[in-house]
Amino acid sequence: MIGWELPPHNSGGLGVASLGLAKALSSRLSLTFLLPHHLDVVSTPFPVLFSNLSEINLLITPYSTRTFTQTDNTFFSDLLSQVYKYAAAAKKIASKLQFDLIHVHDWLTIPAGLAVKNVCNKPLVIHVHATEFDRSGGLGANPVVYAIEKAGFDAADAVIAISNYVKGMLVTRYSVDPKKIFVVHNGIDAADYSSTSGPIAFLQTAKSAGHKIVLYVGRITIQKGIDHLLNAAQKVITHFPKVFFVIAGSGDMEGQVISQAASMGISQHFLFPGFVRGPQLNDLFRSADLFVLPSVSEPFGLVPLEAIVNGTPALISKQSGVSEVLSHALKVDFWDTEEMANQILAVLNYSSLPQTLIAESSREVDRLTWVAAADKVINLYNQL
Amino acid sequence: MTSVCLYFQVHQPWRLKKYRFFDIGADHLYFNDTSDTSRNNLQVLQKVASKCYLPTNKILLDLLQRYPQFKVSFSYSGILLEQLESHLPEVLKSFQDLSKTGQVEILAETYYHSLSFLYSKEEFRSQVQLQTDKIRQLFKTKPSVFRNTELIYNNDLAAEAQSLGFKAILAEGVDNILGWRSPNFIYQPPAGDIKLLLKNYRLADDIAFRFSEKSWSEYPLTAPKFASWINDINGSGDIINLFMDYETFGEHQWADTGIFEFLKSLPGEILKHPDNSFVTPSEAAKRFPARGTLDIPHYISWADVERDLSAWTGNSMQQEALKNLYSLEKNILTTQNRQLITDWRRLQTSDHFYYMCTKWFADGDVHKYFNPHLSPYEAFISFMNALQDLKLRIQHG
Repeated sequence: MIGWELPPHNSGGLGVASLGLAKALSSRLSLTFLLPHHLDVVSTPFPVLFSNLSEINLLITPYSTRTFTQTDNTFFSDLLSQVYKYAAAAKKIASKLQFDLIHVHDWLTIPAGLAVKNVCNKPLVIHVHATEFDRSGGLGANPVVYAIEKAGFDAADAVIAISNYVKGMLVTRYSVDPKKIFVVHNGIDAADYSSTSGPIAFLQTAKSAGHKIVLYVGRITIQKGIDHLLNAAQKVITHFPKVFFVIAGSGDMEGQVISQAASMGISQHFLFPGFVRGPQLNDLFRSADLFVLPSVSEPFGLVPLEAIVNGTPALISKQSGVSEVLSHALKVDFWDTEEMANQILAVLNYSSLPQTLIAESSREVDRLTWVAAADKVINLYNQL
Repeated sequence: MTSVCLYFQVHQPWRLKKYRFFDIGADHLYFNDTSDTSRNNLQVLQKVASKCYLPTNKILLDLLQRYPQFKVSFSYSGILLEQLESHLPEVLKSFQDLSKTGQVEILAETYYHSLSFLYSKEEFRSQVQLQTDKIRQLFKTKPSVFRNTELIYNNDLAAEAQSLGFKAILAEGVDNILGWRSPNFIYQPPAGDIKLLLKNYRLADDIAFRFSEKSWSEYPLTAPKFASWINDINGSGDIINLFMDYETFGEHQWADTGIFEFLKSLPGEILKHPDNSFVTPSEAAKRFPARGTLDIPHYISWADVERDLSAWTGNSMQQEALKNLYSLEKNILTTQNRQLITDWRRLQTSDHFYYMCTKWFADGDVHKYFNPHLSPYEAFISFMNALQDLKLRIQHG
């Protein structure tokens, strides 16, 4: 399995999903995981190899190709050269290994997958967590990335899409044969979210003073629809002033979002704690009354499931892959900020709504395991 | 001798429109959705009338005229009747024409098809009174048999119905209550002598649910086959109670399933056996003695596999909504404001709470199929928002 990142040095969902799947697969078959850079990795039940590229310190690289095309071409060419160096290194490493199949994750690893396939002629599975069209938020795909993806999808023996949403992208934007695409939704293991470091003081104080907490966790980019959440928040605050919106994460729209909140006159209801991970993130989920994922485009969206395993109900945009597997959540079109506000207000005002949501969604999320996802992947392996 | 007792439930709720938080205090019309969705009450009514009520009434009228021994009974919710009165009087007339044959019995229920018996006996009595008044006004008859919303039943309800003067009451023939006993006899509750008629859910659901089910071993169901099952009971039962939603004909089972042809030939096939006959519930109560006592302290109903109250009161949203709704009773009745009281009562219709049911929601079963709202959560949100508006209206007189 060829990946780009694993926790704790992950920039987001890609590392988490790669780890979850690899763990579940490794209990059923022998799996070796290849990473580009030598960094500390959480302990894994499978061997991890490093291609020993010199690290380029870009935590947001897998996601923000848009930045490169618009502002920083050298940045992008650095990344691109890493991608191809990784491919060359992977080829070398693979020639010393015994394996039956190559499984890669997203565009950064596609050249590596193709290089390995070329030398050993084993089946190649490309696992698509996001396409270039998702990363660019509809603002124009990077043609270089698109070409890499397209070449990979054409040459791959099978393509795994993490949602029907992604499958649709692959068919319409990349003309991938639907018969070659297998939808395997991401899973989640509740045990990974048990550690805490105690309640967050400020939020506890606010809550005991009768305030409610609405939480967003994720990158602050155009794809995530935070500006729609701001518009909904303004309507909520008018009717329910004792509320804080916590926007945890970083990204290229962070400054814009902060100044937008200010110009709307609702800054005093907003908190921007930056990028939060680990036990602190669990604490943040647990102190919230509602988690909101307002994404414009979301291939899957693991964060609502993370909120639910921490006991917090979720409001998700209908334009998200996770909406395909989560029935017991509030759902809204990202652009319908009036309805978003209506649903948030209902959660804040009618206590049985969050109670029922969390009771039902916890049961539902219990069934969305990585083991179940791995079963589907193995089933696919057996067909290749 | 076996008598077949057909009872059809005819009901359409006043479905809530999408009522947002921002509508509270600004919009007092909760049921006037004009969108092209199944929340548009008039549109639904017109659809059901043309797919079910009109064609089925025509078939029944022919059958009642052709077979003087053929009999049916109906229970209409008051809110269905008032919707027909305002919007589709010709459909109401076709129901009245059935009654004019003298072979149709009309049962009593709560006007608002409500769960009021569970929350307020006084409100329950008011709604039964409203309903019997409406039936007298439209059908010139006084019901003597009671059926509660969704066949919700227990000993207390039997006692209440008896004290209101009813001679018989309907309930579901729940297996774990009947045990070895058969639903094909008349029973009575532990106290009182009101007669208890139990639905034979196997035979009734063969028509209502399984008729078009291709994976069912008895598919396709024909009238001769169904009549032969009735004949099989002859000698080992007094009465076979086939209770079902009227919308079974043409709406739940579409015309192309052959349901209308089935209905057309059913009475003739059943009457081919000389020992078979048709009865209405009140005739059955007069004709057949109670063969035993059934002690039913806990509520039963005809809903879902559980056949209990969980479809309406099973989750905390439903409980909060019901608690808040009935807590307004005293204050709202004190206003004597007819529009306020009517709106409050229209919010009592059991369907609103059924839409909030989260059982099996993820599996996309009948709850989802019948839900005009996109999810149980959206059903709850619109309901609670409308209720907040109602509260404000009470406060401001």
